[in-house]
Amino acid sequence: MTSAMQLSGMLAATDPPGTAETALFWVLAPVTVVAACGLLFARKAVHAALSMALVMIGLGVAYLVHDAPFLGAVQVFVYTGAVMMLFLFVVMLIGVSAADSLVETIKGQRLVAVVLGLGLVLLLTGAISQATLDETVGLVAVNEDPGNVTMIAFRIFDDYVWAFELTGALLITAALGAMVLTHRERLTPRTTQRQLAADRIAEGAVKAPLPAPGVFARHNAVDTPALLPDGTPSEASVNRVLRARGQVRSAEETAAPTAVIQSEFAEPLGDGTEEGGSR
Amino acid sequence: MRPEYWLYLSAVLFAIGATTVLVRRNAIIVFMGIELMLNAANLSLVTFSRIHGDIDGQVIALFVMLVAAAEVVVGLAIIVSIFRTRRSASVDDANLLKY
Amino acid sequence: MNLLATTPAALLAQDGTVAGSAAASGAIQETGSWLLIALPLLGAALLLLGGRRTNRWGHWLGVLTPWASFALAAALLVSLAGYPEGERSRTLHLFGWMPAGQFRLDAGLLIDPLSVAFAVLVTFVGALIHVYAVAYMAADRDRRRFFAYLNFFVASMLLLVLADSYLLMYVGWEGVGLASYLLIGFWNHNPDYAAAAKKAFVVNRVGDAGLTVAMMMMFATFGTVSFAGVFAAAGSAGEGVLTAIGLMLLLGACGKSAQFPLQSWLGDAMAGPTPVSALIHAATMVTAGVYLVVRSGPIFEAAPTAQLVVVAVGAITLLFGAIVGCAKDDIKKVLAASTMSQIGYMMLAAGLGPVGYAFAILHLLTHGFFKAGMFLGAGSVMHGMGDSVELRSYGGLNAVMKVTWVTFACGWLAIIGFPGFSGFWSKDRIIEAAFSADGGQGWQPWVFGGAALLGAGLTAFYMSRLFFMTFHGTRRWPEDAHPHEAPRLMTIPMVVLALGSVGLGAALGPTGLFTDWMSPLAGEHAEEHPVLPAWAVTTLTLLLVVAGAVLAHRRYAASEVPAVAPTGTALTRAARRDLYQDAVNEAALMRPGQYLTRLLVFVDNRGVDGVVRGLAALVGGLGGRLKYWNTGYVRSYAASVLVGVLAVSGGMLLFRI
Repeated sequence: MTSAMQLSGMLAATDPPGTAETALFWVLAPVTVVAACGLLFARKAVHAALSMALVMIGLGVAYLVHDAPFLGAVQVFVYTGAVMMLFLFVVMLIGVSAADSLVETIKGQRLVAVVLGLGLVLLLTGAISQATLDETVGLVAVNEDPGNVTMIAFRIFDDYVWAFELTGALLITAALGAMVLTHRERLTPRTTQRQLAADRIAEGAVKAPLPAPGVFARHNAVDTPALLPDGTPSEASVNRVLRARGQVRSAEETAAPTAVIQSEFAEPLGDGTEEGGSR
Repeated sequence: MRPEYWLYLSAVLFAIGATTVLVRRNAIIVFMGIELMLNAANLSLVTFSRIHGDIDGQVIALFVMLVAAAEVVVGLAIIVSIFRTRRSASVDDANLLKY
Repeated sequence: MNLLATTPAALLAQDGTVAGSAAASGAIQETGSWLLIALPLLGAALLLLGGRRTNRWGHWLGVLTPWASFALAAALLVSLAGYPEGERSRTLHLFGWMPAGQFRLDAGLLIDPLSVAFAVLVTFVGALIHVYAVAYMAADRDRRRFFAYLNFFVASMLLLVLADSYLLMYVGWEGVGLASYLLIGFWNHNPDYAAAAKKAFVVNRVGDAGLTVAMMMMFATFGTVSFAGVFAAAGSAGEGVLTAIGLMLLLGACGKSAQFPLQSWLGDAMAGPTPVSALIHAATMVTAGVYLVVRSGPIFEAAPTAQLVVVAVGAITLLFGAIVGCAKDDIKKVLAASTMSQIGYMMLAAGLGPVGYAFAILHLLTHGFFKAGMFLGAGSVMHGMGDSVELRSYGGLNAVMKVTWVTFACGWLAIIGFPGFSGFWSKDRIIEAAFSADGGQGWQPWVFGGAALLGAGLTAFYMSRLFFMTFHGTRRWPEDAHPHEAPRLMTIPMVVLALGSVGLGAALGPTGLFTDWMSPLAGEHAEEHPVLPAWAVTTLTLLLVVAGAVLAHRRYAASEVPAVAPTGTALTRAARRDLYQDAVNEAALMRPGQYLTRLLVFVDNRGVDGVVRGLAALVGGLGGRLKYWNTGYVRSYAASVLVGVLAVSGGMLLFRI
């Protein structure tokens, strides 16, 4: 805060404004206006939010110039630091990549908006130019004697204490409102583990691992169905793609050579003429 | 220079904010337009405060910030809840209340 | 003391006392006189609320209450006669009725010779007719309801005559109107009867409006509507106001008493059961107008114009009724026309001022007896002839209905003014009084006296016609008719009333009893100056009466009566149609009213509704166009808001507000 005050004192050295302020204005005004135009022309919400943050920083600096160091600080903290970050947050929540369509759907809305915007500028600038303003008094004296923050505190906690209390109530209400708005009522009871398990079983599908394919790995055995305890082949043990292609090998087919092997095992040495010959 | 230049800046910013509200369809950007208008108003308050040498303008600007903060909280909550139900943040999609 | 006075008990104690100097002595009759009204009212309430449970014995309860009231009224009469002449007007304060700021009206009973005379007549004739009705209505399944209405009527009529203010009288006035409506339309399953009841009600409403206006004017002028207050202040008011009040009162009297021009309902009112016709539409209710005029004497005496109008109305009606009576072939309608005519006599007398009050009321009493007797006789004839009312289907009934014949003859002789009978002593005095109208100067005595005289002759003719056509001449009965005498319950009241027809006039008239009785009301009046001497009037009257009766005898007893009415002269045809009174009413009032209603309906439909609907259509159409601005796009709304902001702030800047 102290540094902000020093900055303020540095910036608003003179009242009425001097050249330093003029220079600052001509830097700050184009920057803020261009950044504000980002709101109008940026296709992505995130860009608009960032340019908005820039505008707010610019305004914070402007407040410093206006003998309002406390407000300038608050502007940067609250707006740039909190509010705009909240905006960014929501932009993220909704989808950072979602770009606005630039086609206008309401007939004539864009023309009306431009005309009204220019009309507003003309009206306000016309009014300001026609107004006779008093000589600038400035707040330098006030900022020095009780101090800017002290003076604001006097006002807030003395003259406007009722408004301040109301604002507090408003903030609490707003916080509550936000909670209510984003809260989603649970319509069904929370499902427990037990309930989940029961539901899974109730579905009726096989919950255990599927049976493995056949075990006589004479070759690539994934196409051989496993045999269930009663001797029938289990369809589920073979990949459904193979089944669709009709490449499932039947159990008998696989079992035929098995008989030979078994016999070989049974007489490992005898009857070796034929067998041995083949070997 | 005289401080009313800041008033011109405030007027332009306000007009840009108003135009944003009229032109943009994304609810968040519309909302930012509103915030811009509030900030423009704050700038004139602070400028007048300086011109008149009365700190009340700053106090009011502070209150405006507080109210704006409250408004942001509620407004964003509304946008989020609309988005959650309609999967859209366009202000034109919420147009059921009509003739 | 103040504390005590505000407690209800203390108020009750106050209410129960009789106002008057001699309150302590013999006051029991007066303090109890509210029972006179309350008993029949209680009877009516019991019968109506008790419903079918009371069907078996209800009619006897209905008979009992008027007799009890009669006993009370008779006791009241005796007690009142016991006071010195100056103290015979007494009021019984009942309760504070309408305390409203400065205006304070108490409900109270006024007991004076006039009201007591009425009360005795109403209760006695009423009680007799109740007895008669027990037999007459024996076959009717709604007999209990009939007695409830009759009791209600008696209560209302007593309230009417005993009230001490116009407003309380008005309550009774409307009560008898309601009873009349209910009883005319007693057989309302017949649409004609229901229409007759409605007609009576509507015509009475016209008169009631007059009475209401009169009361409003009294309140505006005098600030009170009590008899005592109004009469005390009557002398101080302007003659114009009094004339207006008098005319409005007369309008009310005309409605209730079927006087010209509000006479049209009485003929149709014969749709009611015959006891009703006897009690309400002959003896009591229809004479309420006479009561009103006599009661309002102080007002009329201060307004000679209004008085003249009363006399004129009476004269017109007496001739009107007499002419209509000559042409009708319906026994009850002849009697109704006769009633109208006789009330015309009473009105005429009442309009003559104090000279005529006593005779008006005396004729009212005697008429109450003989007309009720004749109505009961007519009911007896109808009873015997199977409910036929056609005179042309009667004839020669004297042989089969001896009692009816004799009692009816008494009534007949009384009404035509046969010397010695009741009517002679009352009606002839009215004719004499008519000849002394306006102090016996100018055209009035000749016109009104002549009308009364002519009326007497006409009365003799049509009543004799009725009598001869019914009881004498050839028998023109329908084949299925078996005429027979009525049961005792019916004949006894007829006999009692016939005795009254014979003797009441002689007992009250020439003895001066009634004139003395009424003298506190009539007060002292100037000496009469008839334009003709009394003996000449009496002689002329008798000559005319005899001429009328003889003519009727020659045409309807000595010669054959055609069973179908001959076409007759233009006057006869007009009289059969009540001298076109309905036609006139329809043409002058009903048709324009209907056209006005149609016009108003048209204006309402096209004009008012058009504006309303047009406005609605305009707004709707505008909304239909403008609704498309409501696009649902929040950005469009924001644009319009911005347009508004620019317009307002631009305007403010432009005009430097």
